[in-house]
Amino acid sequence: MEHTDVLVDWSRAQFALTALYHWLFVPLTLGLTFIVAIMETLYVKTGDEKWKQTTKYWMGLLAINFAIGLATGIIMEFEFGTNWSNYSWIVGDIFGAPLAIEGLMAFFMESTFFAVMFFGWDKVSKKMHLTSTWLVAIGSNLSALWILVANGWMQHPVGMKFNPDTARNEMLNFWEVFFNPNAVSKFLHTISSGYVLASLFVIGISAWYLLKKRDTQFARRSIIVASSFGLITSLFLLTTGDESAHQVALNQPMKLAAMEGLYDGEKRAGIVAFGVLDTAKEIGDDLNPFLFSFEIPGALSFLGYHDLNAFVPGIDNLMQGSEKYGIMSIPQKMQKGKTAVAALGAYKKFKKEGNLVEAEKALKTFEANQAYMGYGYLKKPQDAVPDVALSFYSFHTMVGLGTWFLVLFMVTLYYAMTNEMHNKKWLLYLAVATIPLGYIAQEAGWIVAEAGRQPWAIQDLLPVGMAASNIASTSVMITFWLFAVLFTALLIAEVKIMLKQIKIGPEGH
Amino acid sequence: MFDLLTLQQYWWFLISLLGALFVFMTFVQGGQTLLYTLAKTEDERNVLVNSLGRKWELTFTMLVMFGGALFAAMPLFYAVSFGGAYYVWMGILFCFIIQAVAYEYRKKPDNFYGERFYETLLYINGSLGIFLIGVAVATLFSGGNFIVNENNLSHWTMQSYGLEALLNPFNVAFGLMLVFLSRFQGALYFLNNVDVPTVTARIKKVVIVNFGMFLILFLYVLATILFMDGLRYDPDTLVVSVESMKFLHSFMDMPALAGLLLVGVLTLLYGVVIAVTKKAQKAIWFSGLGVILTVLVLFLILGLDASVFYPSLADIQSSLTIQNSSGSHYTLEVMSIVSVLVPVVLLYIIFVWRSMDKSQITIDEVKSDPHHY
Repeated sequence: MEHTDVLVDWSRAQFALTALYHWLFVPLTLGLTFIVAIMETLYVKTGDEKWKQTTKYWMGLLAINFAIGLATGIIMEFEFGTNWSNYSWIVGDIFGAPLAIEGLMAFFMESTFFAVMFFGWDKVSKKMHLTSTWLVAIGSNLSALWILVANGWMQHPVGMKFNPDTARNEMLNFWEVFFNPNAVSKFLHTISSGYVLASLFVIGISAWYLLKKRDTQFARRSIIVASSFGLITSLFLLTTGDESAHQVALNQPMKLAAMEGLYDGEKRAGIVAFGVLDTAKEIGDDLNPFLFSFEIPGALSFLGYHDLNAFVPGIDNLMQGSEKYGIMSIPQKMQKGKTAVAALGAYKKFKKEGNLVEAEKALKTFEANQAYMGYGYLKKPQDAVPDVALSFYSFHTMVGLGTWFLVLFMVTLYYAMTNEMHNKKWLLYLAVATIPLGYIAQEAGWIVAEAGRQPWAIQDLLPVGMAASNIASTSVMITFWLFAVLFTALLIAEVKIMLKQIKIGPEGH
Repeated sequence: MFDLLTLQQYWWFLISLLGALFVFMTFVQGGQTLLYTLAKTEDERNVLVNSLGRKWELTFTMLVMFGGALFAAMPLFYAVSFGGAYYVWMGILFCFIIQAVAYEYRKKPDNFYGERFYETLLYINGSLGIFLIGVAVATLFSGGNFIVNENNLSHWTMQSYGLEALLNPFNVAFGLMLVFLSRFQGALYFLNNVDVPTVTARIKKVVIVNFGMFLILFLYVLATILFMDGLRYDPDTLVVSVESMKFLHSFMDMPALAGLLLVGVLTLLYGVVIAVTKKAQKAIWFSGLGVILTVLVLFLILGLDASVFYPSLADIQSSLTIQNSSGSHYTLEVMSIVSVLVPVVLLYIIFVWRSMDKSQITIDEVKSDPHHY
């Protein structure tokens, strides 16, 4: 069942829209739940009412953010069915499990204890309240764990086998899916990015109070907690980012090449610290991909393979293949993929006719080529290459901003500890301005992860073109615009409410 | 460990249980449609919103869990129905997106659209959202227009992508039945949870009217189900055939289910009676248990006794059964191990519910809480 490009584009657009909106809210929840849990712990330990007020204030902002995160989240789960129904069947046996476990293990925990956290101050004991706050934090992070196990599996499918009779992939080993190195690094990298964003959020808002010369004690306390949390988690973010890149190098070389704009592979490949791509560059030509660039030599080889001398294949190498480095060309892979698809069809046909000998033969052919099955659905070799500019700029934006956040945390922690923060106007302005940068870095990260692995819904196995639902593209177009209008309307309300609450400030709570 | 069919039946039971718990929890939605019927002043309304506001996430989660369990255990249904009856499911999603923000934003200063706007969103969620869910569930009995090919990939045969279900009176009655059910359940929940005498005084009438409507629709729906042509499949060849009064036969084959249904209906009735005659606070627990049992049986009857749980109107052999649409043996086994968490989750929900609802909500309590909805 082939889909039209228009349908696939709208389906992707709708999913991207939902995901990008959803991700405006989730990272803050991931981090802020922990920050308020830490603050409430300080309150319970010290008995200082000021800490309680601080906790309650940030909790209020958390709630505004939480509600809309939940609203946008529900759709993502159901969109796998509504918009990617072929996908739901072909890999649902593996992919459905972590989603269901997420619901059972995490969502109930979050939603049950959320009510206690907000309305239970006078209804339950101090200890039970604190426990509830921690459970909300743990619940929301557990939810991230399972969804990222699912996402990690899409990037690097393991622990399953294709069943030709049901025409789907079936799970063979749950632990392999769970401990998928790609999923582990993705989970750790993603949650730490949430902690960093929440820290930037708390520091930025507190800095605004300091600029306005109000709520200074509250602001200083908040900055100390958030800067410490941010500094520790930034270092963690850096380490997990390195591991993520390593996983990409191992399992998704085309994505890595696109992230770096690398066409002609080399040993001691460098990382482009800064560069502007030449839009005239095409796959296989001799043009320099960059109009200008500044490179850190050897860094890409080291980052990708933890070896300065490692060969990093470029887009051209992956496309044309290389005997020297044991790379099969895309056209060859497509050929094998087509053989696999045809053999599966033959197997089904012979089996139906009761011709078991021929069916067995066809099955053997299928199994020999099955690893490339996804390539059999591609229309042309160029389809195997993601959008280089999008991958390159998103990746570099994310890394650049991440580095800046680390520096900012060091500086704010230092000045907050020495109690000089309120005198450093330049720093306060920078802290406020960094809040939106935090969101940009978050979205850029997901664009690299998802756009960078195109055309694959499941790496090498299932292209997006094959994964979509068999519906009319106008239907998806209609719902796309409905979502776009609704989300934007809700976002406007959310931002307005949030800004108002910030203006009211902790004293008003 | 267990054979595949046992696991498929076990998972169908879990899906049925989640469906039943969700329908019980829709008292939240029903309550949302009563904000202007049961409350006449702003203070009264605030109490109702805050009373529901502490439960809505649980209902929401139950719905998500229901979807998640279907995805993991019956992936073919997930693919066929969601990707085919596209507009119905999308309609449901829209109705639930708007609910989540409405509670949190309704009372917040600078909320851009005003309080009434968010109350309207709650009303839409409570009425249209529940109606559409009812229609979607009804199609498990009445069928959908889909075809599943030899590779188990599916497509819908109608360009209306699910909206055609609205032309079937049974589906519409089913949807309306759920709306009235959620409304009198909502009223019973308020009776239990809210301490505002003026509101309590209005509950009796609301319960009588909505229960009456529910009862008429329920009898129609039940009679239709019992006497309709159903589909039975051969467990060995998986070939599907029509059988007149299939569900009636299934009830006769499984008298325990028929008994459970009767107990469910009577318990529900008892809850309603003590609410109307004695304004009993505990009425919701009886009617709630009755709802859970009744819905559980209605779901179970679809999956057991070689029934088809999602008939195809376009190609009878494409119809879905727990045997042809489930996850693999291994996945069902893994998920069954995970399902030991179900009672744990239910226990902590009950524990939290009890500790949070020790006393009823009053106008003063809501007024004194700066975080109120």
